[in-house]
Amino acid sequence: MVDVTPADAVPPAEVAEMELYHPHSWWTKYVFSQDAKVIAIQYSATATAIGLVALVLSWLMRLQLGFPGTFDFISPEAYYQFITMHGMIMVIYLLTALFLGGFGNYLIPLMVGARDMVFPYVNMLSYWIYLLAVLVLASSFFAPGGPTGAGWTLYPPQAIMTGTPGGQDWGIILMLVSLILFIIGFTMGGLNYVVTVLQARTRGMTLMRLPLTVWGIFTATVMALLAFPALFVACVMMLFDRALGTSFFMPAIVQMGEQLQHGGGSPILFQHLFWFFGHPEVYIVALPAFGIVSDLISTHARKNIFGYRMMVWAIVGIGALSFVVWAHHMYVSGMHPYFGFFFATTTLIIAVPTAIKVYNWVLTLWRGDIHLTVPMLFALAFIVTFVNGGLTGLFLGNVVVDVPLSDTMFVVAHFHMVMGVAPILVIFGAIYHWYPKVTGRMLNEAMGQFHFWVTFLGAYLIFFPMHYIGLMGVPRRYHELTNTTVMTESAHDLNAFISIMAFLVGFAQIVFLFNLIWSIRHGREAGGNPWRATTLEWQTPETPPAHGNFGKELPIVYRWAYDYSVPGAKEDFIPQNMPGSFGTSREPA
Amino acid sequence: MSVILVFLLVIAGFAGWWLSHQRLMAKPWLEQGVIGDVVALEGSALPTAKIGLGVFLAVVGCLFALFTSAYFMRMALSDWQALPLPRVLWLNTGVLVLSSIALQCASVAARRGQIDTVRLGLATAGLTALAFLVGQLVVWRELTADGYLLTANPANSFFYLITGMHGLHILGGLVGLSRTTAGAWNGARPERLRLGVELCAMYWHFLLFVWLAIFALLAGWAATFIEICRQLLT
Repeated sequence: MVDVTPADAVPPAEVAEMELYHPHSWWTKYVFSQDAKVIAIQYSATATAIGLVALVLSWLMRLQLGFPGTFDFISPEAYYQFITMHGMIMVIYLLTALFLGGFGNYLIPLMVGARDMVFPYVNMLSYWIYLLAVLVLASSFFAPGGPTGAGWTLYPPQAIMTGTPGGQDWGIILMLVSLILFIIGFTMGGLNYVVTVLQARTRGMTLMRLPLTVWGIFTATVMALLAFPALFVACVMMLFDRALGTSFFMPAIVQMGEQLQHGGGSPILFQHLFWFFGHPEVYIVALPAFGIVSDLISTHARKNIFGYRMMVWAIVGIGALSFVVWAHHMYVSGMHPYFGFFFATTTLIIAVPTAIKVYNWVLTLWRGDIHLTVPMLFALAFIVTFVNGGLTGLFLGNVVVDVPLSDTMFVVAHFHMVMGVAPILVIFGAIYHWYPKVTGRMLNEAMGQFHFWVTFLGAYLIFFPMHYIGLMGVPRRYHELTNTTVMTESAHDLNAFISIMAFLVGFAQIVFLFNLIWSIRHGREAGGNPWRATTLEWQTPETPPAHGNFGKELPIVYRWAYDYSVPGAKEDFIPQNMPGSFGTSREPA
Repeated sequence: MSVILVFLLVIAGFAGWWLSHQRLMAKPWLEQGVIGDVVALEGSALPTAKIGLGVFLAVVGCLFALFTSAYFMRMALSDWQALPLPRVLWLNTGVLVLSSIALQCASVAARRGQIDTVRLGLATAGLTALAFLVGQLVVWRELTADGYLLTANPANSFFYLITGMHGLHILGGLVGLSRTTAGAWNGARPERLRLGVELCAMYWHFLLFVWLAIFALLAGWAATFIEICRQLLT
């Protein structure tokens, strides 16, 4: 019944002891640290800080949309700048950085049983370049002309022309430079995440024993390494167009009655490059969320994940498929009908592995011993939200439905549900889940419950009505829509309602931040394994894990990550590093 | 976008081949190890640094494949006027080939422990790579002198952009090479030196390959080749 190879097949030097870098001063221990755990916290803190800026920007936008004509300081230019910065910060500087730089750095070495990332110095550089990218981005708020208002997709030619905020000022240049820096920094980190999973797994940790969190982050990192170069190329070429006057993307164009020196370029070329990055980006954010949520559900329902193999294959399959669907963002740019058909088909095919994952989560819950802890609540909310956002994705994947809806608030509602709210819910759940490991103390339960219910219900009250507004034909990207036929009185009322909900949800995040800080000192002592979980990060000798993670000897892995409620076992969980055979009810292979 | 898709297909093929060796059909829920029974990892015997470099080169390859894709798409528009390639490029190509050969020799010598040959190979490789970069600058000056300015035509813009990007990668490689060379003179541990030299050689061969592909692209042979393929297919 035991399907393992004897130990003599293992070369003794399989997991070579790493030469750990030992910090000598306060600076190298907490600031210029090469310890992945410190880097993870630095990444998370920076991402959260810039994310708060993006949150405030969304409030300003909602002020304008909900109560048009009331706030003089929100000019049309300012509104476009808010949109652009909100989108770019949330997608790249918050979600990507937090999932891969934050959770990736913290969890990968701990979960695979490694002492640290394989290239700690490069890992440290990765964070500092990321910080530089964030600072460059933030500096554009103070540059003459303000940040760019080109929309987060930065489509040329408007992105670099007069009339677009920041187009002929510093805004767009700072944005492009910041993105280029981000990509360089991310590549350094990404190499670490991938090679650590490949090379630094502890003995016994086969790929099929990895927790799904690691599978999700690993696959997402591979995708990001291959997709970000497309954004890099697009940014470099646009920077050339803007700063040096080339015509990669710029067609012959007249600006303010004056013929520009550009000519012959193709804006569509930019769209191809941008979305060749942009679509995988959706899954770069979603796959870590898929992985993390699988672990949360399994742990808090005290039940093994249903269909582990299928989950792994689905993650890899989604990762591969997501590279051949990019043009579904370009239906309205016009394309050969056969291409439209092809991209609509591939888009709908992605729904298959995604649906498999949803079924598996639900089947994991089925007859599980569900503990409605805060992380579990967030995980459940994720499933609902993701299904909701995914279903509207099926609408928009079809060319004939997408073309009329593409410019409406329906699309805004769709992508916020599926790649805004859903991954953020997972991030919250994950923070409530792993905070005890990071700090040694639990987050406050009452504040957590409050945060969850306001965030979850509030997010629904924001984005669910937005679908209806979109179906009524209210277009997106407009600063003000008074006296138009689509903007009926009920649409106005809904908009005001949505705005009020947005403020409420935003304020609930302050409770969360307070909880994060308050609990460091006042939280309940957590102990090493408060959730009674199986994965290796909960088996460290010290909490929070010390430098080098696992004390003197690295753990040896004897089983998969999901041995919950095994019949016949003493406890309802068996850690991955516990040897021995338990249980009687299992069928032989 | 066909070039990048073909490139990704190759990567996907490689990833699929690797995954197929990772027992993806295993049923982990049936595996319960007892002490002494440890599942053998299919961990690679290659040094971690080499795998890291391999992954990095895949990213670099992706970058240049994307530039190539953009090149072909922009080329199809009507204002494209190919620029004449200066003859110095042939010389530069020869110099870069020499650089790669020198590093290959250094790598073989490092395996045999012949430290003098290693030093000679590293120094030669560094100097020839520098000569390549100088040669590229000469090409740029020649072109600008002849009036082929960056903004005059997209073909020119791509020429400067892609050769510049390749030059930057060589420059980055020179940083690594100079560190390894310094190690060779200051008595680095033999196994460490060997790894360093091998990494440099790997990077150099890859950049040589990229250069040859770029050269073919800029000279227009790549377009002819694709045209022939397209005719064969249709």
